[in-house]
Amino acid sequence: MAPIDKFSSRKTRIEVSDGALIPEKEQRATFTAWRISFFGAIALLVLLPLISPEPYRRIITFLPDGIMMTFIVTVLSIVFALIVGLFTGLGRISRIKIVNRIATVYVEVVRGIPLLVQLFYIYYALGKIVRVPRLVAAVTAMTFCYGAYLGEIFRAGIQAIPKGQMEAALAIGMSRSQAMRRIILPQTIRVVLPPVGNEFIALLKDSSLVSILAVADLLRRGREFASKTFYYFETYTVVALVYLVITLFFSKLVSLMEERLNRRE
Amino acid sequence: MSSNRPRVKIVDACKSFGKIEAVNNANITVEKGEVVLIIGPSGSGKSTLLRCVNRLEKLTSGEIWIDEDRLTAHHADIRRIREEVGMVFQSFNLFPHLSALGNVTIGPRIVKKTPLNEAEDQGRALLDRVGLADKVSAYPEQLSGGQQQRVAIARALAMNPKVMLFDEPTSALDPEMIKEVLDVMLLLAKDGMTMLVVSHEMGFAKAAAHKVVFMDNGEVIETAPPEVLFNNPQLERTQKFLAHIL
Repeated sequence: MAPIDKFSSRKTRIEVSDGALIPEKEQRATFTAWRISFFGAIALLVLLPLISPEPYRRIITFLPDGIMMTFIVTVLSIVFALIVGLFTGLGRISRIKIVNRIATVYVEVVRGIPLLVQLFYIYYALGKIVRVPRLVAAVTAMTFCYGAYLGEIFRAGIQAIPKGQMEAALAIGMSRSQAMRRIILPQTIRVVLPPVGNEFIALLKDSSLVSILAVADLLRRGREFASKTFYYFETYTVVALVYLVITLFFSKLVSLMEERLNRRE
Repeated sequence: MSSNRPRVKIVDACKSFGKIEAVNNANITVEKGEVVLIIGPSGSGKSTLLRCVNRLEKLTSGEIWIDEDRLTAHHADIRRIREEVGMVFQSFNLFPHLSALGNVTIGPRIVKKTPLNEAEDQGRALLDRVGLADKVSAYPEQLSGGQQQRVAIARALAMNPKVMLFDEPTSALDPEMIKEVLDVMLLLAKDGMTMLVVSHEMGFAKAAAHKVVFMDNGEVIETAPPEVLFNNPQLERTQKFLAHIL
């Protein structure tokens, strides 16, 4: 392969960390930590019902509905949040003042209000005007919140693409929006994929907050079981382990995806 | 089609960034088929002026004409004019997510709506012309600087421009790669392409340039054919500068 020129060997990376630690190949220690936690949690989930079937076997058969609901809330929220985030990111770099202002205010407002308060607010306050089903309220609130965070990631990702890319696209006669769609955004996706993966994991964990709206997610199901049977410690042990396994699984997936993207470059 | 208009006419061009005057009352004319080289110390405004010719920068005052189109007019169709003005950058600016062929075909496909087959045939022919027939499916990262710059030239040519702008096309290259890029540029010049080039490549100037423009401090100091400007500069500032680089 030909020698790589200094201008071509750019690799942009933005670091945002509030999801799970995403292991990389070169970080041997993290990788081991991931193995210990992941396989440890799975081992416990298998062993506990074997060693003490009561109550663990009952807990484990009670939870799958909740896991399903957690996934539904997470996937719906991330899909909508990605759409909102993309437009927010574009709005944040827009040259149209009013669009820029709206996007910026939105991000500021969301970042200043705890997610739990946003959940209550959207459910109860907006519930005064229109009756919204719990799941809709939950997904709306998560979208509203994460759309702002993802917007910042998209903004950073777009701005990480060198200015020369837009100029080269304009120079061959493309419009700004053509250049954005064909040249800038395809490159942005690569840059934002790791932080977006991270936000997905963070969102998955934050989705436990929707149990407060009586959406029957994993945590809610655990609470229901515990309050009926008084096996609080045992139930929350299982709930925590299930969250851990899911989160670690996805963090691994994100790192594999990232690795593949890097290899293709 | 008025035949006796110059291809590019820069009239009293001024460009300032805040209080800094980058280009001050510059006048340059490039006839059809002419190769004009702009030289001058760094910060003399030559790149800025070149970037004004396809409106990557907007003039503060003055006019730029491409044939009968006034680029500086309020209602000017900038995108159409840009299609006719190819630009080659110092840092190549190839699209890293596209192959060499993808880089060359994306302009015609997106802007001119050329069908894929046709665009690819044309793209292959252009890559062949710049000596990269075997690199059609290579990605920019797999190419050397010289090869990348040649792809960039092919990308600009794909829009079938009337004039090509080169913004220090060889200054980011290692010495052994400069020649391959200059050879392509010489080939273009021989084929009668109108070119406006910011560069200090004296060999290229002597071989291909019809005129050399010396700029300093945002002003055009002296314009003359290369043999005159290099061997017998009229003004002291030109003499001083040439003493530095020759």
